[in-house]
Amino acid sequence: MKSAVITFPGSNCDRDMDVALKKFGFKNKMVWHQDVELPKSDLVVLPGGFSYGDYLRCGSMASKSKIMQSVINFANSGGMVMGICNGFQILVETGLVPGVLLRNKYLEFICKNVFVKISDKDSAYFKNIKNDVLELHIAHNEGNYFCTNDQLKEIEDNTQVAINYCNNEGKIEKSSNPNGSTKNIAGIFNKKKNVLGMMPHPERMIDPSLSGEDGSLFFKNLINNIK
Amino acid sequence: MIVNEKIAIDHGLKKDEYKKICELLKRTPNITELGIFSAMWNEHCSYKSSRLHLKKLPTKGKQVIQGPGENAGVIDIGDNDAIVFKIESHNHPSFIEPYQGAATGVGGIMRDVFTMGARPIANLNSIHFGSSQHKKTKNLLRGVVHGIGGYGNCMGVPTIAGQTSFDSSYNGNILVNAMTLGLVKKDKIFYSKAAGLNKPVIYVGSKTGRDGIHGASMASASFDDKIEEKKPTVQVGDPFTEKLLLEACLELMEGDSIIAIQDMGAAGLTSSSIEMASKGDLGIEVNLNKVPCRETKMTPYEIMLSESQERMLIVLENGKEEQAKKIFDKWNLDFAVIGKTTKSKKIELFFDNEKVADIPINTLVENSPMYDRKWKKAKLPKKNKINKDDINNLKIIEVLKKILANPNICSKEWIWQQYDHTVMGDTIQKPGGDSGVVRVHGSNKAVAASVDSSAVYCWAHPLTGGKQVVCENFRNLISVGAKPIAITNCLNFGSPENEENMGEFVECVQGIGEASSYLKFPVVSGNVSFYNQTKDQGIKPTPSIGGVGLIKDYTKMITMDFKEVDNIVLVIGKTEGHIDQSLFARVILDEKNGPPPEINLFNEKNNGEILLKLIDSNLIKSAHDISLGGIITAVSKMCIKGNKGINLKKPKYLISDIEYFFSEDQGRYIVEISKKDQKKVLDILNKNAVHYDELGTIDENMLFLNEKTKVTIDELKSFNTKWLKEYMSN
Repeated sequence: MKSAVITFPGSNCDRDMDVALKKFGFKNKMVWHQDVELPKSDLVVLPGGFSYGDYLRCGSMASKSKIMQSVINFANSGGMVMGICNGFQILVETGLVPGVLLRNKYLEFICKNVFVKISDKDSAYFKNIKNDVLELHIAHNEGNYFCTNDQLKEIEDNTQVAINYCNNEGKIEKSSNPNGSTKNIAGIFNKKKNVLGMMPHPERMIDPSLSGEDGSLFFKNLINNIK
Repeated sequence: MIVNEKIAIDHGLKKDEYKKICELLKRTPNITELGIFSAMWNEHCSYKSSRLHLKKLPTKGKQVIQGPGENAGVIDIGDNDAIVFKIESHNHPSFIEPYQGAATGVGGIMRDVFTMGARPIANLNSIHFGSSQHKKTKNLLRGVVHGIGGYGNCMGVPTIAGQTSFDSSYNGNILVNAMTLGLVKKDKIFYSKAAGLNKPVIYVGSKTGRDGIHGASMASASFDDKIEEKKPTVQVGDPFTEKLLLEACLELMEGDSIIAIQDMGAAGLTSSSIEMASKGDLGIEVNLNKVPCRETKMTPYEIMLSESQERMLIVLENGKEEQAKKIFDKWNLDFAVIGKTTKSKKIELFFDNEKVADIPINTLVENSPMYDRKWKKAKLPKKNKINKDDINNLKIIEVLKKILANPNICSKEWIWQQYDHTVMGDTIQKPGGDSGVVRVHGSNKAVAASVDSSAVYCWAHPLTGGKQVVCENFRNLISVGAKPIAITNCLNFGSPENEENMGEFVECVQGIGEASSYLKFPVVSGNVSFYNQTKDQGIKPTPSIGGVGLIKDYTKMITMDFKEVDNIVLVIGKTEGHIDQSLFARVILDEKNGPPPEINLFNEKNNGEILLKLIDSNLIKSAHDISLGGIITAVSKMCIKGNKGINLKKPKYLISDIEYFFSEDQGRYIVEISKKDQKKVLDILNKNAVHYDELGTIDENMLFLNEKTKVTIDELKSFNTKWLKEYMSN
């Protein structure tokens, strides 16, 4: 299975994602933001970080960079595109997924483990995954998901919510919402569910010596689904 | 502008220093030259009050590749890997403008590390604020934490450990010390020594603006009523540019075009160009019209003294300019050939076709002033006579709750949750433990790092305090299973012109030297920050020690959380009941006098080394050093982290329960072992003359001494975690 990770100036989880993808069997290529064409890939990943220093708005400048037109075309033709953290912010800016990501409710950067409930298992990202709840890691300043009521209705009608922040038993409640996101939304799909944007970093949870191993579950399942 | 004595004094120079400049030049300097002298001769850059004493520190060791004198120290961790590390202060700017001051402190220290070719792999910090009641403290704390996070998070370097304290002596002078560790291949280390004639001198990074002019001079003076006016001397950071600079420099370093490289930190272009030339015993010629400027009509004086961030100076091999430029173009960074190395042994600056400065380099460096300041030796304070009846009537659990909620003991999660501590995917021990630990990417090794300071002990008796800080750092590394290798120190003191402050400095340095020499824990880098004082009020002497250790097999790393019910808990090291200068004495008895706990270097080394042996033999399940708050505070933290309780039994001692549990004797650890290993462990301890007490066994969820003295771990946890969160949300 082939994957590609895009490096923007200011990306800083690109290497971590490369390590994770390779660990679970992807043949991964790093792609520079000024390239025009994507290598042949089954999965394209927009990694976390601070692309263009978060200037203007998080993700906005990266969404206009050269390679992104190819990424958008790839997504529109059904290709799998996953944006993690800053990658999610970029996806939102391209319009590939609906909504926006505002500054965290308490105006502070948050780095900690969270639990997320997988709310939809129809997509190639979460199909067949055994667990309903994953313990993942977040590290962001602008992860407060927001959309209009009309958008929310549409998202929910289309079952586009991928994961929600929850407690360790999978209960989606206010106290387990780390950043003020609407309806505890931690990740969403586009309509066809080939594009996924999410704030948590599965690539930081791929080893028992790190914060946990639920990221491994995610990647193992992901590559099996793509095969 | 014609330079005269008054202008020189306005630049922070002393009368006789100005006289010496005129003598060395055999003429009156022009304003640009005066600016250069003032930047090179200030305390921050010249170490004129400290040099004499710093020379006495042990700086060599089997694993030391580079000691003090370079951008950072370098140690060997085997397999052609080396760790580059240093700690540096950014105290003055952080008090004036906490966000930018702290952010650029972090940016500056990371540049020092990647200048040497190392990719930064971990950040740490030691931050000290005034009393929590002081009106400025909350905003300063918030600003500093946001600044540290804002820069480090954007760079994608995890912040893995740190230390925060509150003490009224910092009311008018907070301390922000930032430390970075980088990883480099031993044969790819870059130095700042220029070599060869007519080699191109390259400027890369951000453009030069008017920010930070005289930053280093500002940091070499006390504060007065007009500090608000000093805001323009604080640099403004841009971590995005630094991230690009990091990647571009490391890319250029893969080749062989760099002869020397130096970041532009304090005193900007001035000190970087002079240091490179001085180390190479060369001259340097710079055309200031070629320097990329952010603002128009900048004068030579401003260009030379600007402390704009994210800039580097490189001496390249001839003919490599185009190849290097390509890399910086790719990363969208400025690149300009601004001068060349010469044989003149002078710094010669040109602007608009005129020579605007012409100074022999040795006058700026070797001939810079060095002072043997007067200092006063501190007496060891007399022991307090504590009324035993008074303390024996205290209820242990009530005292414990107060101590766990004390600002200097309580959980600092509110702080470190704002730092990305997991990026790079190798953080195997997060903040909140004895040391932060990161794996050496792709290997079985891990590097542990901790930063410590004990201002109260140093204030009570500088010599003992100096030794203690090094020992505590040693213990923090051992507690996670790391073999201590070397330290970096950040020496924060009041005015060297005050005999008592100078005495504190001299004796703390002596203490640091004695301990690091005995423990074979040499000093490889560091910096000195004097004049941490407002009017004539100096801070408590606060040397911060940043230590680095190696774990050869990271699966053997130890954490402090209690692991398993029924396991046995031991205290390693002897408890004498030293209460003076303990947190207990200050918080509960309101007693500020008396000597700090004594340091016995033999026991310190022996206890530490034997514990490391036990860890290496897989006999230790958890470990934690005993410091502020004594045995029971340390045990409580292990309970809280592991969500387990403990059945305590106080060993038979002549001292009271309170003295046993709250005293701060040194060289002690708490360890957890399993029952089946008990005999083996005790045999090893006995054979090696290591004193130990059997403290109790691990239980479900209660800290229990007797029916009157017990408390649930949940309750202890809430006391430990709530203070800072509540303080910051009010």
